[in-house]
Amino acid sequence: MSSRVSPWWALSLLLLSVSPLWMGCSGGGDASSSSGSRPREVELLHVSYDPTRELFEAVNERFVARQREQNVNVTVRMSHGGSGRQARAIIDGLEADVTSLALAWDIDALVREGQLLPDDWASRAPEHASEWHSSPWYSTIVFVVRRGNPKGVRDWGDLLRGDVSIVTPNPRTSGGARWTYLAMWGWAHRQEGGSDATAENALRELYRRVPVLDSGARGSSTTFARNGIGDVLLTWENEAHLLLAEHASDGLEIVTPASSILAEPPITVVDRNADRHHVRETADAYVQFMYEDEAQEIAAQHHFRPRDEAVAARHRGELPQLELFTIEEVATSWAAAQERHFGDGGLFDRISERRPSEAAPR
Amino acid sequence: MSAAPVASRPLPTPRLPGFGVSLGITSVVVGALVVLPLIALVVVVARAEPSHVMEVLGSERTLMAYGLSFGASALAAILSAPLGLGIAWTLVRYEVPGRRFFDALVDLPFAMPTAVSGIALTQLWGPSGVFGAALQPLGLEVAFTRAGVVLALIFVSLPFVVRTVQPVIESFPRETEEAAASLGADRVTTFRRVIFPALRPALLAGATLGFARAIGEYGSVVFIAGNVPFRTEIAPLLVLVRLEEYDYAGAAAISTGMLVASGAILVILSQRAKGLRHG
Amino acid sequence: MAESRDQHARERPHGLGLAVAITSIALLCLLVLAPLAIVLVEGFADGVGTFVEAVTDEATVSALVLTLTVVAIVVPFHTVFGIAAAWLLTRQDFRGKALLGTLIDLPFTVSPVVSGLLFVLLFGARGWLGPWLRDHEIRIVYAVPGVVLATLFVTLPFVVRELVPTMEAIGRDEEEAAASLGAGGWQILWRITLPRVRWALFYGCVLCGARAAGEFGAVSVVSGHVRGETNTLPLHVEILWGEYHTAAAFSVATMLAASGLVTLVLRSFLERRVRASKRAASAAADASAAVALGEDTPMKGALS
Repeated sequence: MSSRVSPWWALSLLLLSVSPLWMGCSGGGDASSSSGSRPREVELLHVSYDPTRELFEAVNERFVARQREQNVNVTVRMSHGGSGRQARAIIDGLEADVTSLALAWDIDALVREGQLLPDDWASRAPEHASEWHSSPWYSTIVFVVRRGNPKGVRDWGDLLRGDVSIVTPNPRTSGGARWTYLAMWGWAHRQEGGSDATAENALRELYRRVPVLDSGARGSSTTFARNGIGDVLLTWENEAHLLLAEHASDGLEIVTPASSILAEPPITVVDRNADRHHVRETADAYVQFMYEDEAQEIAAQHHFRPRDEAVAARHRGELPQLELFTIEEVATSWAAAQERHFGDGGLFDRISERRPSEAAPR
Repeated sequence: MSAAPVASRPLPTPRLPGFGVSLGITSVVVGALVVLPLIALVVVVARAEPSHVMEVLGSERTLMAYGLSFGASALAAILSAPLGLGIAWTLVRYEVPGRRFFDALVDLPFAMPTAVSGIALTQLWGPSGVFGAALQPLGLEVAFTRAGVVLALIFVSLPFVVRTVQPVIESFPRETEEAAASLGADRVTTFRRVIFPALRPALLAGATLGFARAIGEYGSVVFIAGNVPFRTEIAPLLVLVRLEEYDYAGAAAISTGMLVASGAILVILSQRAKGLRHG
Repeated sequence: MAESRDQHARERPHGLGLAVAITSIALLCLLVLAPLAIVLVEGFADGVGTFVEAVTDEATVSALVLTLTVVAIVVPFHTVFGIAAAWLLTRQDFRGKALLGTLIDLPFTVSPVVSGLLFVLLFGARGWLGPWLRDHEIRIVYAVPGVVLATLFVTLPFVVRELVPTMEAIGRDEEEAAASLGAGGWQILWRITLPRVRWALFYGCVLCGARAAGEFGAVSVVSGHVRGETNTLPLHVEILWGEYHTAAAFSVATMLAASGLVTLVLRSFLERRVRASKRAASAAADASAAVALGEDTPMKGALS
């Protein structure tokens, strides 16, 4: 009798089981008014790159406390991953209100591929120092070696000796690895008689000695420290310190070369998302907070080099002096570096195409 | 099977109700979850510049990644076949202490989340792991080499072989063996001439299933692979790498290649299954 | 007929057989048991305190809640879909059946990474439906719906593939008899079909749930890894592993491994039931369907 049941009945039952999802997850920002004494609820999504987990955990705690004084209840949600992967996720719809990535090029991609923020983002904040390229602190690339530095690695040149095995991530996917790549390129160029040819050769020799090319800085750290692969790890200065602390019993050592690259990881508001979520004010305050004493001090404690002179002076002993050259000096600009080195058919591709025939030393 | 009595059904079979409902649900779900996304993939590839697609597919790196994914999967399937046969044989034929336990254990790779398997294998076979450290003095490295990829894929494909072969061994009549033995054949000969030919189709089907699963495997492999382009980079990882480089067409093209391969395997398997059933 | 596993006489292995048995079991332990053991060992390596801390950590709990939510959506969805699709594939005749079967099987062979990519290409901001979704404030990719969709895709074949062979083995005679006696569709489904396939259905749901809880590759592509929001347990394991918290990673992995073990126990229990129900069904095929229709079978209670 009741055999005639419309298929739509059953189908709607099926869809009903999924329906709570669509409601719960759209929006996410705050639109609530700040009426009376009830604190305003604001939620920020900060999408960041890999080696900043501990840093922003500490910074966020302070920022939330600061905002609470102004009767604003902020929740900062974090997402971490390789810089390139995170940039792509934002372009594909991960609705970051704030983003901090390993290099300006990845934020430029948000402008180029997604028109998510204006192309002058790098000179917006802080107002008093546009030459900082929106990076509240800087860092550089250093070496991590095993206990007692058995291979005697002191500077970039030592990496090119035949018996040294090196761990560093893939420049095509990792921001830190691009800085590493350009540091090697810059160092070779700045040697006596240095030229494109010698620099190219140095890079080829470098990557020939890499047995494991992870996709991100964290992966390389794990490969080096936990899995015991390689004699030298090339990585961010802050990541190196973190690694030493995490593997204190292994006796790993940091070697700071005489010169390296000035690495500037920027942080910026993602305008279109922050505006759509109506959290622009808080997002701006968040980015601005990074330049304040409190955040600068935390950054220094996490082994980033603070911009603030006073804070930097307090930590001078922990951060050895070295000569830092900029990307503009060695590659003109990120766009130029991308085209010449990291794009399809770029130098890095040509270097690695040779890999299969030449076995890397293990 | 004594199921259907040969006394055939009356000719005007009453058509079972529910065609509309079940077709409605099935086609909407399959359409939304499978067909629509697949169309999106094909469109992305079709819209891209053909030269770019060809360049990505023909590049040495892609070919090496395909080679590794297919090669290591094939090798893993080939190695799982005898191992799976041995395990299935032992579980069915022999009195082994803890047989129930081992029997359940076979399914573990299937039941354990791939990420967990991945970190567990890496922890075991890494240079500082229990097995990895033991192999190191011998100059053997498993983790972060192609051997590690094959190892992880054996882990993944083993249950398929065991579970396909096991029921066939169970239903294999003892009398045949006994007859062969009474005719003077020794155990090895009996196995080679009588038992193995009977098991071969199932063994092949199981290995093919394991192979199909291994081609696309990601979670158990990425942790142990080392992920060096041209050497230990599997095709699914290369898809992710291309995606991270904003090369959607490239990622879609490599994916399409893998999809075509797995689709072909699926068709071959279902054809074979039909062949087995009908003849 | 009597080829049940347990009726098989087993012999004590000797000679060559012993060598085969020892080698097989040893390799099984080396390949499969050792990874399971290392998860448990490493999970408790830093003591029970660390384990409890890792498991009760806020991020772990929220990942657990999300994982359970996903399972709670995926399993009922696929139960309904599985019954509908199995009914269609075994109880109806139409053109294109083979194609439909292949399409349902397809997710099984698609790489998890590709599964995730499909949804990024479809729903991502630059995908087909991306702009429309953004204009309507609907978030799919990099939010919970994306995680659910990817999991639905990956687990699509599980329930269907358990139901179809059982329903084929049972045959459609009883249902046809009931239909000719004037029974309605729902009546046939509830009274005849479901009681006979209930173990297979349950088994399929267990497999589907296990895979939904453990899916890594596909979810990793569509999740966005937002802590406390779109991180599932397997993704959380990966993050902890990447943060050098090896012990914590293995502690959380222990939870997942435990769910895997529960699956195994249920599996060995259910597999016997499914086989038995197949045999019983085919043996009882001659019994009159009218009887089953007229009386309230005790099986009805088991399902409601």
